[in-house]
Amino acid sequence: MESTLGQNLGDTHHAHGPASGIGRWLFTTNHKDIGSLYLWFSLLMFLTGGTMALLIRAELFQPGLQLVQPEFFNQMTTMHGLIMVFGAVMPAFVGLANWMVPMMIGAPDMALPRMNNWSFWILPFAFAMMISTLFMDGGAPNFGWTFYAPLSTTYAPPSVTFFIFAIHMMGISSIMGAINVIATILNLRAPGMTMMKLPLFVWSWLITAFLLIAVMPVLAGVVTMMLMDIHFGTSFFNAAGGGDPVLFQHVFWFFGHPEVYIMILPAFGIISEIIPTFARKRLFGYASMVYAIGSIAILSFLVWAHHMFTVGLPLAGELFFMFATMLIAVPTGVKVFNWVATMFRGSMTFETPMLFALAFVVLFTIGGFSGLMLAIAPADFQYHDTYFVVAHFHYVLVPGAIFSIMAAAYYWLPKWTGHMINERMGKIHFWLSFVGVNITFFPMHFVGLAGMPRRIPDYALQFADFNSVASVGAFIFGLSQLLFVYNVIVCIRGGARATDRVWEGAHGLEWTLPSPAPYHSFSQPPVVK
Amino acid sequence: MSELGRKNRRLVLRLLAGCVLMFGFGFALVPLYDVFCRVTGLNGKITNTGPVAIEDADISRSVQVQFIGVNNEGMPWEFRPLDTAVRVHPGEMRQTAFFARNPTERRMIAQAIPSVAPAEAARYLHKINCFCFDSQSLEGEEQVEMPVLFVVDKKLPEHIRTLTLSYTLFDITPEAPDGQALASETRRSPL
Repeated sequence: MESTLGQNLGDTHHAHGPASGIGRWLFTTNHKDIGSLYLWFSLLMFLTGGTMALLIRAELFQPGLQLVQPEFFNQMTTMHGLIMVFGAVMPAFVGLANWMVPMMIGAPDMALPRMNNWSFWILPFAFAMMISTLFMDGGAPNFGWTFYAPLSTTYAPPSVTFFIFAIHMMGISSIMGAINVIATILNLRAPGMTMMKLPLFVWSWLITAFLLIAVMPVLAGVVTMMLMDIHFGTSFFNAAGGGDPVLFQHVFWFFGHPEVYIMILPAFGIISEIIPTFARKRLFGYASMVYAIGSIAILSFLVWAHHMFTVGLPLAGELFFMFATMLIAVPTGVKVFNWVATMFRGSMTFETPMLFALAFVVLFTIGGFSGLMLAIAPADFQYHDTYFVVAHFHYVLVPGAIFSIMAAAYYWLPKWTGHMINERMGKIHFWLSFVGVNITFFPMHFVGLAGMPRRIPDYALQFADFNSVASVGAFIFGLSQLLFVYNVIVCIRGGARATDRVWEGAHGLEWTLPSPAPYHSFSQPPVVK
Repeated sequence: MSELGRKNRRLVLRLLAGCVLMFGFGFALVPLYDVFCRVTGLNGKITNTGPVAIEDADISRSVQVQFIGVNNEGMPWEFRPLDTAVRVHPGEMRQTAFFARNPTERRMIAQAIPSVAPAEAARYLHKINCFCFDSQSLEGEEQVEMPVLFVVDKKLPEHIRTLTLSYTLFDITPEAPDGQALASETRRSPL
């Protein structure tokens, strides 16, 4: 193992530090550089998608059409969803994996550094292409991020072809990223780092990577079918030619449901790192956490039709998908229980990363409960396609996935930059986000239950009050994210020196490295006892 | 190549094979879905087409068969069943017809897509001959009666007393093989 690791560092021209100029970023094969690129890209996309969300909320502040036309409104909801899912959340997790996985398992770099560079640099092109559709004739895709056929085939704007190729490129990028993570974790662990000693962030990413490999090709398949229906006269989703639009939904959600877990499993990993650090206790039930992630991943392949309860499934199908979906609450409950048990009788302190982690546990659980409500097939006929669904998935994605990414950034920034974060500003950011997120999304439960449909630019008068409240919350949340940008930049430029261990209760290989982490770390593998 | 290099290569090839397999699986879902629907009769898809063995009718009971004709969005044809409902004995062969008229000035090609409700009954409705087997071409102002010849299977479960055969008519003029020349004309003329 020692000799092979030496050879893996054969790129000796990089051995003493980063190259200078723009070339460093274009040609880099260093996992830390690529991790930073991913994280910056994701932040840029987060702000782009967030701006679109604010446009949506501004239009919905009052009933009636004020700011934008319905056609443009539909393009905004579509692009907001696509950019946040594929541009903000997924690249942020890949960026964190790039930075942290090698440092956590005692590896010198990712297993396939050149492919790593490639998988990042595809992304800016994919998103440039997708965002450019906003300026095309007929406008950007307007069929929602789920792009149901025939809205996305027969009735799609001409720019749909660019959308399809952008999805192909994102898929290729994700698959390469996933292959890299798996190869790193399986082949580059330091001696003594057995599978059941892996930090949970690494475990959660290993399973996520397998999910990516299983479902991103299915997404590529479904957009390819769309492409063929649109341009080559096939009839996969065209009933007149013997196809079936419902088939689209089945194939899409076969990808789509595991995708949901792709966006939350790494978050589980992050939270499982942060809570033990600030509770100053070992994680409660490590093995059960690993098995819980594994069972959630397997179950995620068996529940896709709970997104389609109203398409006319037979009773047996409704029942199967209802119970299978509810089954997922069991391993998820195990995880929440373990986090709470870790904190129980711990010596807790509430630094910024811990605050985000705690908010994650509470608010993600609320999102999980509304998910359980949606899982009840007979009730879902009432909730389907209403703002209740919007409230549900924003609760699991914003205070779920996004808060975990914020927590991770605050938690590891001292390791990355060598400077402590400004706690005061971090806490202000947290409280504004926490209050903002709840003001935005909690009222959506009520308007949804009262029957307000999603994806509409105008609505009936009785929904006006809750909508204006939600819009105010959205602007509080949106603008307070500028504080996050400020905090990150301040932390990079200076601040109190961080110790190697950074946090008093931190455990793990990454905390044995100096802060900031050197450009090349673990060139000699550490020995894990 | 080092031992680690070989290990990485082997793993990457396996994972790539997994990707290719899943890409194929995405496409395999199309026929799988079709087969699943046919076997279970879900989705009202009818597969029982073509000739069937003529048997004696089961005169001990009769079922009501209802007919519905619907135009897909934007389809200007007049389209309706001649009989809205008929009463037949299981095993008895019966013919009915649908009326169609093209009110526009130009030739149009249409395709009817059938569906049966309740889905459970789909597999017991045999169509021996049906206008939905082929696309229908009508000149402007032309009208036609299109026959359906069907048998309800004697194995139809007792509790099903009524079944509905519904057709949706799609305008396939621009896509039809001999419709290429027509595609350049105005797609939809006003009624």
